Amino acid sequence: MSDLLKVTIDGKSIEVPPGTTIMQAARQLGGKYPPAMCYYEPLKNTGGKCRVCLVKVAQTSEANPRPMPKLVASCITRVEHGMVVENETSPEVLDARNGVVEFLLINHPLDCPVCDQAGECDLQNLSYEHGHEQTRYEEGRREFERIDIGPYVQLHMTRCILCYRCVYAADQLTGQRVHGVLNRGDVSEIGTYIQQSIENEFSGNIIDVCPVGALTDKTYRFKQRVWFSKPFDAHRDCDKCCGKVVLWMKGDAIIRVTARKNEFGEVTDFICNDCRFEHKQASDWSIEGPRDIIPESVIGANKYELPVVSPAVNVDAKFVSE
Amino acid sequence: MATKILLENLAVEGIRAIDTYMANGGYRAVSKALKEMSPDQLVEEVKASGLRGRGGAGFPTGMKWSFLDKKSDKPRYLVCNADESEPGTFKDRYLMERIPHLLIEGMITASYALGANTSYIYVRGEMMSVIRLLERAIAEAYAKGFLGKNILGSGYDLELYVQPGGGAYICGEETALLESLEGKRGNPRNKPPFPAVSGLYGCPTVINNVETIASVPWIVNNGGAAYASIGLGKSTGTKLISACGNIRQPGVYEIELGLPVEEFIYSDAYCGGIAEGRELKAVVPGGSSVPILPKELILKTAAGEPRLMSYESLADGGFVSGSMLGSGGFIVFDERACIVRNLWNFTRFYHHESCGQCSPCREGTGWMEKVLHRIEHGHGKMSDIDLLVDVAKHIEGKTICPLGDAAAWPVGSAIRHFRDEFEAHVKHPDSCLAKHLHGAYAHAVPIMEP
Amino acid sequence: MEFSQEIKREFDQIVARYPQGRQKSGLLPILHRVQAEYGWLSTEAMNAVAEYLNLNPIEVYEVATFYTMFHLEPVGKYVLEVCRTGPCCLVGAETLLQYLQRKLNIGIGETTPDGLFTLKTVECLASCGTGPVLQIGPEYLYHEHLTEQKLDQLIDRLRSES
Repeated sequence: MSDLLKVTIDGKSIEVPPGTTIMQAARQLGGKYPPAMCYYEPLKNTGGKCRVCLVKVAQTSEANPRPMPKLVASCITRVEHGMVVENETSPEVLDARNGVVEFLLINHPLDCPVCDQAGECDLQNLSYEHGHEQTRYEEGRREFERIDIGPYVQLHMTRCILCYRCVYAADQLTGQRVHGVLNRGDVSEIGTYIQQSIENEFSGNIIDVCPVGALTDKTYRFKQRVWFSKPFDAHRDCDKCCGKVVLWMKGDAIIRVTARKNEFGEVTDFICNDCRFEHKQASDWSIEGPRDIIPESVIGANKYELPVVSPAVNVDAKFVSE
Repeated sequence: MATKILLENLAVEGIRAIDTYMANGGYRAVSKALKEMSPDQLVEEVKASGLRGRGGAGFPTGMKWSFLDKKSDKPRYLVCNADESEPGTFKDRYLMERIPHLLIEGMITASYALGANTSYIYVRGEMMSVIRLLERAIAEAYAKGFLGKNILGSGYDLELYVQPGGGAYICGEETALLESLEGKRGNPRNKPPFPAVSGLYGCPTVINNVETIASVPWIVNNGGAAYASIGLGKSTGTKLISACGNIRQPGVYEIELGLPVEEFIYSDAYCGGIAEGRELKAVVPGGSSVPILPKELILKTAAGEPRLMSYESLADGGFVSGSMLGSGGFIVFDERACIVRNLWNFTRFYHHESCGQCSPCREGTGWMEKVLHRIEHGHGKMSDIDLLVDVAKHIEGKTICPLGDAAAWPVGSAIRHFRDEFEAHVKHPDSCLAKHLHGAYAHAVPIMEP
Repeated sequence: MEFSQEIKREFDQIVARYPQGRQKSGLLPILHRVQAEYGWLSTEAMNAVAEYLNLNPIEVYEVATFYTMFHLEPVGKYVLEVCRTGPCCLVGAETLLQYLQRKLNIGIGETTPDGLFTLKTVECLASCGTGPVLQIGPEYLYHEHLTEQKLDQLIDRLRSES
């Protein structure tokens, strides 16, 4: 066990294998781990961009007790033995995080009342915790020309925070990517350049990885506020994907199909467009039962009271006394 | 006469051509390095010279070289950063245009020291004429046997290519440059891994500025100790300073590090004083990114010592009362210059050049520009001034690459030292705008992009 | 769209500068070459570059839209790019830019009706000691120490040459 690295985050210690990032260690520790808007563990190369996961490294390692010179992105910074990290306990970190959330919001349209993502939006959650009550931003907000990217996915560029997750998803899941990040700076946008629809058979996954309402399910548009629909775990035999999904029901009708997200809000088993968009009859699916919802979720608040299974921890990780 | 290391042969007619360059001692360093020295010896000489990166960061070059992962079985690369785009900086272009072979000679010796067999000079795309010049010079060097297979019979091979940029300041950041060289958008990479371990094509890579590499032949010829004996303290050797703004003699000057700032500004050997006999108001001493200093703090440190042109002296006092040597882009403002308008201009620049990858820089630079635009054009509020400081603070140190810092520092320093001018713009916008009518900005109407 | 054999030979030479499989590195130089040939980068031209380099077209669009030198719409025969960054403004760039707008009777980003001139601004051209400065593509030659008189002569010369 000697090659495990001990890291202390907000006073709690854990030992992790080399290569583990601060974010991964913090998630294993449980409690309040840093938020992530761009990092997405199942997608390679994500992370480092949004900066909401910044933490303070008060001691780099046992061998090098100096702090790192500035705040680091916990999602891409690897743990060293004896590292001491401050997350929620550092006023500097919280101030930086508030600042980043403010930056993410200055050009955001704040159109949550008409946004299908509302209720399951990472930016909304982040704003509750780190946002100001009033904006200090008095300038004009960014606008984009609307583009149509096909029958399945609705793009609202004004809501996009440029996390690049959908770009990595398209690269890694679909092979032939037709959308990307165009232009530069604060006029960068997700687009296809020429009018083109995104139709690869795994393209629907860009909806699930989007942390905000920039990419939403066109077949579900304005059908229902998410907290009024009932999620059920279900599966079917599919020759393209795992076939394991969440069905979002209104009465007996399936109004939306998504992949299953883990306790970190990440999909590990991506699903095909066929399952997502083309199977909306209850008879298409074997329904396993109501889906567990985390208590913090808007949809969990008063709809479901199933006991929450504690998040699975990495069994390789050995907890050390606090 | 001060020592000249880079521009010694500037006045020699035809020095751009390889024959003239060789007749004046050119390419001696290549034969000396390849025939008499081992790569490790060369690295040691550069370490001993105390040479520091001339692109702006001032990191010791020898140390950067020694970080290169030589255990890896992957090929190693040397990439020259000739993406000179920092406002106020025009020394690399000057050097490449006038003595292109000095850079090529430096590339060969440095590549040999690092064990690189393929090297690239990444030149910003706007400098197409420099690219053509370098390509011609490289062809000459191939013809003389200084490049290609088995150079001068030493068994060492090197291919050298010029790569054009496409118009993006951010590609001066070394990992954005590598992305660009790989044919991608110039988005800086997250570090670590550093290029010394995983750079171009995932291989160990060193990226050095033009002036840094061009200093290597002299060090090879004369030894690291001789280089270290020039300059002052840890600021060894000479530095190209590109001076511009409201001075009598704008241009590129090779100075021995440690020269008093006052002498540099007022001596006829350098800037020749302020243009049209006006008064000095402020200086940005190291390219637009470094803090601006008012007259009293650029000529003397807060402790009253004469301010010198060196890494240490210009930084004396930290950001409270000091600045940085940076890239050596020395921008001088006379009494008429409007600090607010200049800051708006610089901030617009960083807004325009932000790659957009990370949120604080992408959103923060635009926010600052818009607020500054309002203040400059008569729609500012007193609270905007503190807002700017706060926004800058939330960018600084929070971004993937140093562009965030580069955008934040000018804002913080201009307000720190010239707060009264910002307040005057808020209180008396009309008279501030009217003043421009007689100054360099001879119109009150802002130039806005469509 | 097909590139001529001659241009394709140049592309081959460019790609030969990089290791096997790293042909994407040739993207910027190739886009410059295409722009020099056609004046701008049409979607068809970018698709043809993508095909030549074996890339998804989006990879070319992403790059072409990132860098400011690439024209994604047709431009005039001469693209006048005036530096608008701080040091040049200290020595009168803003005034000259206004003069040029009046003289050509177009705004920034616009092209004269005769298709001869497109007026653009650029960021610092590393010519701060010799400002104000403008450059003219596709050769990208610099015109330094600009004055109104020099601009008059330059515009007259370009008009008479075409």
